[in-house]
Amino acid sequence: MIEIRRTFTHVEDIHHEFGPVADVPLKRGYIGVVLTNPFAGRYEPDILPMMEALNEVGVSMAHQLLDAMAIPAERIESYGKGAIVGGAGELEHGALWHVPGGYAMRELLGWKGSRQAYAKGQAEVKTGQPGNGLSIVSSTKKVGPPSATLDIPLTHINASYVRSHFDAIEGRVPGAPRADELVYFLAMAAGPRVHARVGGLKAADISLWDGQR
Amino acid sequence: MTVKIRKLLVQVDETRIEMGQQVQPATRKAVAMAVIENPFAGRYVENLDPLIAIGEELGELLGHKCVQALGIEPSQAQSYGKAAIVGEMGELEHAAAILHPKLGAPLRKAVEKGAALVPSSKKRGGLGTAIDVPLGHKDAAFVRSHFDAVEARVSDAPRPNEIVVAVAITDSGRPLPRIGGLQVHEIKGEDGLR
Repeated sequence: MIEIRRTFTHVEDIHHEFGPVADVPLKRGYIGVVLTNPFAGRYEPDILPMMEALNEVGVSMAHQLLDAMAIPAERIESYGKGAIVGGAGELEHGALWHVPGGYAMRELLGWKGSRQAYAKGQAEVKTGQPGNGLSIVSSTKKVGPPSATLDIPLTHINASYVRSHFDAIEGRVPGAPRADELVYFLAMAAGPRVHARVGGLKAADISLWDGQR
Repeated sequence: MTVKIRKLLVQVDETRIEMGQQVQPATRKAVAMAVIENPFAGRYVENLDPLIAIGEELGELLGHKCVQALGIEPSQAQSYGKAAIVGEMGELEHAAAILHPKLGAPLRKAVEKGAALVPSSKKRGGLGTAIDVPLGHKDAAFVRSHFDAVEARVSDAPRPNEIVVAVAITDSGRPLPRIGGLQVHEIKGEDGLR
């Protein structure tokens, strides 16, 4: 069911955006994996087996992205994910990525929650800081042609409302997806926007550890 | 003049399956891009030496970034190429100054040899403009399996006063080469052509 045709990694260091040059450039990156869409060209009612099969893909992509960024997992401060479905597929095929993509990155970053509960969409009670990767991994998806771009949202890994970390990175794999392909993306960044200065909740003030604040 | 870099980007494209066929080993192309300030934006300057020096600096930096991203020894690099996108307040000659006089030498050092011409392309463009960076075998320009290209593109560059400079290096040719011509094992590597 899983056939990986291509992988595409992108890493960038932002030194400035016409403001003060950052002491440590902001590092952001994404990985796109191009898969054969096993459901292309037809309506398949039961697509859940693929969600299960994607767990392994997610884990290996998350590691490959972190390797490409060449920094320790502890330095990752925000994340996001996304999917572009080729023209012979449906948007729902992109939605298969929600659980395996989110789970893979959160575990890599030190999430201690229950994967089963996560897969079922159940909430867990938390006290104190229960590991990292607490916040929802925000996402976008669409059906698109080869070389389509996807703006992948980025939000803080432990509290979605941290304003300095609201960002997005443009994902794109030249020439993909073809009609019978899927491109799944994971994205991570090692800090806030390079000249963040619009106030709001700061990462240092996270206190509820509920994934939001 | 030292180059003023706003962003550095590195991409690796790995193809494992093409048209249902396993590609073994997978083909891998790396592109490193620098978004730099164009010191001569908006005015005509006769002497472009500062841009030539910037080209030399970027040849080394971007060449190393590609080799590093591929995780290979310099000698394992197989093909290369270079390109530049000039923002609208610059001229094509600015791209030429960066790419042609001095970028090649440090790039060749980064891939150990490099007897062949480094193929190139240039254009004027705006934010998110894509450029196809031509690829050719580093030691013999006529190796047919390695004629290829890879896209370089930065979503928020070049601004009007910027230049995007790209260097591409691979450790492979096209995924399923089968149109004949000069083969890698036939390379003499002396004249840069065969």
